[in-house]
Amino acid sequence: MSILKAENISKSFGNKNVLNSVSIELKEGEVVALIGVSGGGKTTLFNILSGIYTPDTGRVYLNGEDITGTPGKISYMLQKDLLFPHKKVIDNVSLPLVLNGMRKKEAREKADELFETFGIDGIQYSYPDELSGGMRQRAAFLRTYLSSNGVALLDEPFSALDTFTKSKLHQWYLNVVEKINLSTLFITHDIDEAIVLSDRIYILDGGGISAEIKINAPEPRNVNFNLTNEFLDYKRQILKILT
Amino acid sequence: MTKKLQSITNKIAPAAAVAAILIIWYFCSDFEVVPAYMLPSPVSVVKAFVSNFGIMLRQAAVTLQEAFYGLLIGIILAFILAVLMDRFDFLYKALYPVLVITQTIPTIAIAPLLVLWMGFDMAPKITLVVITTFFPVSIGLLSGFRSVDKDAVNLMRAMGAGRFQIFRHIKFPGALPSFFSGLRISASYSVVGAVVSEWLGGFEGLGVYMTRVKKAYAFDKMFAVIAFISIVSILLMGIVSLTERVSMPWLFKNKNKKEN
Repeated sequence: MSILKAENISKSFGNKNVLNSVSIELKEGEVVALIGVSGGGKTTLFNILSGIYTPDTGRVYLNGEDITGTPGKISYMLQKDLLFPHKKVIDNVSLPLVLNGMRKKEAREKADELFETFGIDGIQYSYPDELSGGMRQRAAFLRTYLSSNGVALLDEPFSALDTFTKSKLHQWYLNVVEKINLSTLFITHDIDEAIVLSDRIYILDGGGISAEIKINAPEPRNVNFNLTNEFLDYKRQILKILT
Repeated sequence: MTKKLQSITNKIAPAAAVAAILIIWYFCSDFEVVPAYMLPSPVSVVKAFVSNFGIMLRQAAVTLQEAFYGLLIGIILAFILAVLMDRFDFLYKALYPVLVITQTIPTIAIAPLLVLWMGFDMAPKITLVVITTFFPVSIGLLSGFRSVDKDAVNLMRAMGAGRFQIFRHIKFPGALPSFFSGLRISASYSVVGAVVSEWLGGFEGLGVYMTRVKKAYAFDKMFAVIAFISIVSILLMGIVSLTERVSMPWLFKNKNKKEN
């Protein structure tokens, strides 16, 4: 069953047609990657899905409800972790709950319960600048989860990290997503990352979806999948479409 | 160890510079390079400072009151204007050049007009302090509000935050460092502004006292008042720095860590 559905989304800025009748869907518990060239409209599509932009045509549905142009329904994590330096990690993480009317104490308690699941227990009362890049990204992901309504959009969540940290975070991400059952749509420029982490890949090209590839990776998912022949087959298939 | 030594050196350097100035000053007046009636020796200034400390303290109470009220009103007005200019782009475009132009008008030229319009009481002094202190705070706040990361605003909007919530959670705390930079300047301006306005008329205050000792050619007392005003301004800047540390623990916690 589709938890998130976007139908015939088009968007232009002035004379520039960025998105042209794009339709995508995300099923419950699914992790879907969106790849494509820079400036191809991926971030614009995310801004539309999250309600920051309103599309020229087309609608966005969350659990069947029309949420087109309504912010606050789907959580959004950007490339930068955007943890606010003046707030302690616990207050950063619980911010979406506070913004939606929950009392600060209650929001803190609810957020605190999840720190262990996300592998960041013990940093609750630190300031973001005291943390490593990987820890900050985990905290930002927890904040995204807390405002998610079951769906999260991640815009290049791991691109700012070094290779070693990125690899560790990929495994961490696979473990956490399995535990929390979060439906995720994420943008990446890294084909390997898309194949290892996702169940399906959309390729956005020329303002439209040019291909959709289903990834049948062995369960439970593991980052070592990228050492297998199946992985290379998927990679060849994607490169062929992109070139 | 090296860092500790560097920290001591950093503190010794300005103290040594002040000591050198005092020594040069002392020898200039002692060997009468400059006549004593024009430049009293630092020793006689210190003596005048000690013997007139009580009087200066009483006069300072009035001056500080004017400076405090002026600064407070200046901050409130600056805050309101900065918020409005940040919110309405038209206001920003219309008022920013006016704000800058107002700073080219010397306050000493406005002061007599204010006395003419408002009399010799506290009102013209407070008004002059407001005019003097308003600009650094408003510009500091405005640049702080406008330098907020656009992605952070988008993220807040995606989390369902309204305009006020974005202001409260991101813009205002984000503007605090530049607000305090402006406030530190304004705090020292507030005392100077109050003293300048008192020169032009009044019954009490450090500026009035300064005019009196100047007319009596008691230059040692005059220098003592100048030193007193400097000390008060430095103390005020210290209070602002302390408030800054308390208001922004995240900034200083990280700074201290990096220094260690």
